[in-house]
Amino acid sequence: MRCDLAVIGAGPAGLAAATRAAEAGLAVELFDEQPAPGGQIYRAIETVPAPRRALLGPDYAAGAALAAAFRASGAGYRPGALVWNVDSQLNVDFSQDGRSRQCRARAVVVATGAIERPTPLPGWTLPGVTTAGALQILLKAQGLVPAEGVVLAGSGPLLLLLAEQLTRAGAAPRAIVETVPRGRLSAAARHLPAALRAPGYLAKGLAMLRALKRAGVPFHRGAEALAIEGADHAEALSFTAGGRRQRIESRLIALHQGVVPNQQMTRLLRCEHRWSDGQRCFLPVVDDWFESSVEKVFVAGDGAGIGGAKSAALRGRLAALGALRRLGAGEDKRLAGEAAALRGALDKDGAVRPLLEALYAPSAQILAPADDTLICRCEEVTAGALRKAVALGCPGPNQAKSFLRCGMGPCQGRLCGLAVSEVIAAERGEPQQTIDYYRIRPPLKPLPLAELAAFDVGDDAGDEAGDDQDAA
Amino acid sequence: MLKRLELDDGGGSGAAGPVRFTFDGREMTGRAGDSLAAALLANGVLQFRESAVSRQPRGPFCLMGVCFECLVEIDGVANWQACMVPLAEGMTVRSQRGGPAVVPLPQTERTGS
Repeated sequence: MRCDLAVIGAGPAGLAAATRAAEAGLAVELFDEQPAPGGQIYRAIETVPAPRRALLGPDYAAGAALAAAFRASGAGYRPGALVWNVDSQLNVDFSQDGRSRQCRARAVVVATGAIERPTPLPGWTLPGVTTAGALQILLKAQGLVPAEGVVLAGSGPLLLLLAEQLTRAGAAPRAIVETVPRGRLSAAARHLPAALRAPGYLAKGLAMLRALKRAGVPFHRGAEALAIEGADHAEALSFTAGGRRQRIESRLIALHQGVVPNQQMTRLLRCEHRWSDGQRCFLPVVDDWFESSVEKVFVAGDGAGIGGAKSAALRGRLAALGALRRLGAGEDKRLAGEAAALRGALDKDGAVRPLLEALYAPSAQILAPADDTLICRCEEVTAGALRKAVALGCPGPNQAKSFLRCGMGPCQGRLCGLAVSEVIAAERGEPQQTIDYYRIRPPLKPLPLAELAAFDVGDDAGDEAGDDQDAA
Repeated sequence: MLKRLELDDGGGSGAAGPVRFTFDGREMTGRAGDSLAAALLANGVLQFRESAVSRQPRGPFCLMGVCFECLVEIDGVANWQACMVPLAEGMTVRSQRGGPAVVPLPQTERTGS
């Protein structure tokens, strides 16, 4: 199996990239793990009932046009397909319907988006504790909402958006416990003039806050020392705010500390990454066509740094233009003109980011978890155990694997990687850039051995016979 | 703990018929279009498994295929991410209790006593 351009991920970036490249005549294959297009942000966009779509608001509904354009573009589409390896020759190994196959691509767009920043807190592994994103997925995809009032804890625009959507759905949160420290707003205010260039965001944010206030959702600001209580499941969130210890009972507690690029694919590909102080995470290095340090590998959407859904679609289109240029499939001058317009729009849309990054920087508590807090959920490694390993000479995340099995469970470091890098950096007094991140290896998710054993890459001579075998 | 949005009823989602499955022998009903994890949550199940290392109670955390906390056994096959599997009629789902069992070798093949 072959294609000109393999796009991985069907969120706004992947849909836009695949659409633009297919319209230009490239043979495009879009691989996505989900059963339908939209990614997390536009989850269930093609099938959502109209009343629910109205409830979720116009920013969500905007995804329908992207999905429709993609469907009409002629791009190949493989839903329910897990890409578990991409090698340096741009061979894409994927699993679909219990069978692994390979697609040989001439260029790749990684559009695997964002994941939520790990939020290590006491009790964060208890059943009933989820990410804020998880609750939003239940709302979008299944129309499921908390029946008895969820407690939302942490910081970031998604926390407020979810609170507002749940309120409109008749499932207002029991409380919002925000970890933004006092004084942060005035410190972030210097980014305000720039943020005003990005149309609509600030007005929407203020409208959300007003709606929550009108609905009477209790709002605790400046919360510290969060802890989730419970034995077999979450029972309450306790925290310190306003100078006193408080406790709110709930069996559902949703945590959020912003989102960060999902690095698995770009790390696997050995793309160069650099630490971003503003976003407090690693970002793949990309040029102004969103091409990574690995030739013909493009990174579009939030995977290249958090920019939101609108920017993701713009970046996707830009990455497609970059691929067209690299593959000699377009006239340079016309591509450059279109790219310039996209970069202008990106610049404007991204102007709100420095304000959001400063205001909603992650809380001190999750960046430096207490010694008895689990940091690696899979292998049950505490922050204290990691600090001890560092004291014994463990120099970085990859050695922490040997010391502690940290990051070696089924999630493959997705949920501890950033926290582990932060803790080691703090303990050693070195920058995160120096400490770096886990090395990521295939398969990107666990696969049954029988499927690996049956994996047939097709012919290795590079002729077209492999395609016929594959279709058989 | 979780409820279906009332506005969805009669909201044109006609395809959302009932789907029957079992979890640890209990009969449950979800809807077409549910992920297995969503269907379990809708049936009041928060704990899906016990962790492999020290058998702590765990349940879904991210619902987007990242955290691997929602692992379940489906029709005899372990380690499915319940959030990534569409619910299907007749699924027999079991919770995973700790790590996989290691079957001890017969006495005669052991060394020493």
